[in-house]
Amino acid sequence: MNKFTLLNGLVAPLDRANVDTDAIIPKQFLKSIKRSGFGPNAFDEWRYLDHGEPGMDNSKRILNPDFVLNQPRYQGAQILLARENFGCGSSREHAPWALEDYGFRAIIAPSFADIFFNNCFKNGLLPIRLDAEKVDALFKAVEATPGYRLKVDLERQSISAPDGTVYKFEVEAFRKHCLLNGLDDIGLTLQHVDEIKAFEAKHRAAQPWL
Amino acid sequence: MGAQTLYDKLWNAHVVRQEADGTALIYIDRHLVHEVTSPQAFEGLKLAGRKLWRTASILAVADHNVPTTGRAQGIADPIARLQVETLDSNCAEYGVNEFKMNDVRQGIVHVIGPEQGATLPGMTVVCGDSHTSTHGAFAALAFGIGTSEVEHVMATQCLLMKKSKAMQVVVEGALGKGVTAKDIALAVIGRIGTAGGTGYAIEFAGSTIRSLSMEGRMTLCNMAIEAGARAGMIAADDTTIDYLKGRPFAPQGAAWDQAVAYWRTLHSDDGAQFDATIKLDAAQIKPQVTWGTSPEMVVAVDGRVPDPAAMSDAVKREGAERALRYMGLAANMPITEIKIDKVFIGSCTNARIEDLRAAAAVAKGKHIAANVKLAMVVPGSGLVKQQAEQEGLDKIFVTAGFEWRDPGCSMCLAMNDDRLSPGERCASTSNRNFEGRQGPGGRTHLVSPEMAAAAAIAGHFVDVSVD
Repeated sequence: MNKFTLLNGLVAPLDRANVDTDAIIPKQFLKSIKRSGFGPNAFDEWRYLDHGEPGMDNSKRILNPDFVLNQPRYQGAQILLARENFGCGSSREHAPWALEDYGFRAIIAPSFADIFFNNCFKNGLLPIRLDAEKVDALFKAVEATPGYRLKVDLERQSISAPDGTVYKFEVEAFRKHCLLNGLDDIGLTLQHVDEIKAFEAKHRAAQPWL
Repeated sequence: MGAQTLYDKLWNAHVVRQEADGTALIYIDRHLVHEVTSPQAFEGLKLAGRKLWRTASILAVADHNVPTTGRAQGIADPIARLQVETLDSNCAEYGVNEFKMNDVRQGIVHVIGPEQGATLPGMTVVCGDSHTSTHGAFAALAFGIGTSEVEHVMATQCLLMKKSKAMQVVVEGALGKGVTAKDIALAVIGRIGTAGGTGYAIEFAGSTIRSLSMEGRMTLCNMAIEAGARAGMIAADDTTIDYLKGRPFAPQGAAWDQAVAYWRTLHSDDGAQFDATIKLDAAQIKPQVTWGTSPEMVVAVDGRVPDPAAMSDAVKREGAERALRYMGLAANMPITEIKIDKVFIGSCTNARIEDLRAAAAVAKGKHIAANVKLAMVVPGSGLVKQQAEQEGLDKIFVTAGFEWRDPGCSMCLAMNDDRLSPGERCASTSNRNFEGRQGPGGRTHLVSPEMAAAAAIAGHFVDVSVD
């Protein structure tokens, strides 16, 4: 997994609530047996005017000029600014894979759906919860300021805006540690093999039908 | 120890170790696997040279991509076929128990787990699928996970997680005519919103819940995720135990008696504290119909499409305006005047035998309306299909103009060929009405099986609670 430490990134605003994982990566692309290559199909139904299917040459498709991420000023964005309940719906990890492959490294929103939030941390993508009023202020600033960038410092748990405002955010200590160091969860868990085996023996003795 | 919630009991019984920040290593008893979210996990396992920790904990089935007609010819779409074949070969290589496409036990993963008795009270159950919450109907702690976690469970039999908060949803009283578990689920989501349960595990309780069949309880817990809660659950009782007795994966003999004694402890204690409690009066719940592109955009069938202009919250108003444009609906239109093009009866929410019986009872002796281009019934499993055929339900549906299909996820998410065309409007017993969910540009209205069947016959929504 990619480490996440500091990020100074261009911000793109996606101003709608309840963005679901079907919207982030439509189902037809879930037929892939790989975990890479989903970026060109992130937000496929909003992003292109034609219908996308796996295997198409996406560079030849017609972009929807009204979709915010297609605007020239947001090209190269690494921070996605979003609204309430971002990532709701399906558990598909293809959603964070698509966002990461597109180029995003952080998502700022007032709230995230639980499974999506969890999946982000497994993929070096940092989801940041900020109060709705602060997110609202950031939406206004992004829309008013071409080239608007934010600095995200995971170690300090802070976001610095160009006007000098600093927003602090919360992140669980264990997730932060894994993300800062790019640690593989499975490797960490396997350090506790003896404890798992001991638990398993006790658990199965108590419930032998399992 | 003081009074515990059901969630406390299930959680405490599975903590392997606890980190200083509250993150716990939780042991997983049952791992259900399907073709869409597992190939990358098996690949990760292979690349790291790791083994499955406990092969017997896994039950695999292909459901998302499988065709619902012409199955003998195999899967026409080469990409979908490769995904199903990849599941087959991974299961063969690792010795995983898999129900293949033409096995009568094949079906939607959340239908076959309980049907086989592979889901048992007191278990932790995971699957790379958000509707894993379904299995909580058996007093199990069941939740959906991403593919990285699928791999984590395969390699370690554990997951790293923090305990959620506990919410209790209490429903009391008798349900009215034509009102089902689906309507309870939609009414709860309408009340608390699709993010209302975020960060919570929901326990459904109260006399209404206790009187539901296991099928109804599964429908309700299935939709917990649409309220934002990863897990939904219901205490074990006689209904739970009677359902499980004699199922292939359920314990037998002395082990059964020992298991039942434990299962009877799986309820919230008197005086247990919840972080939030929601109360609903069953008598006030009417058949529900969603009007928008989020399950929280729902009203009673005798209501009207809401008017965004009357909404004070700007984000909600814009969301409602966008939803109405997408859905092709006008504000204040009566729900019963909404005409439909297609009907889908199926999905992990509503494709069990009780659902099919309820829909067939409505369709019996009638015919789908002329404006309904397609009405399809997709049983949740091969065994549900077999049972329905033994009861003659297939004939009722076919005579009424419905198509009788083979089991799978089908048009709930439209990964296979079953899908809406742009602009088509569907009465669907599934769980999500997101933009494009049932096909690009498709318009989904979530309803119960009775409501879907009645809409198929009338060609528009009708109130099944009135004669």
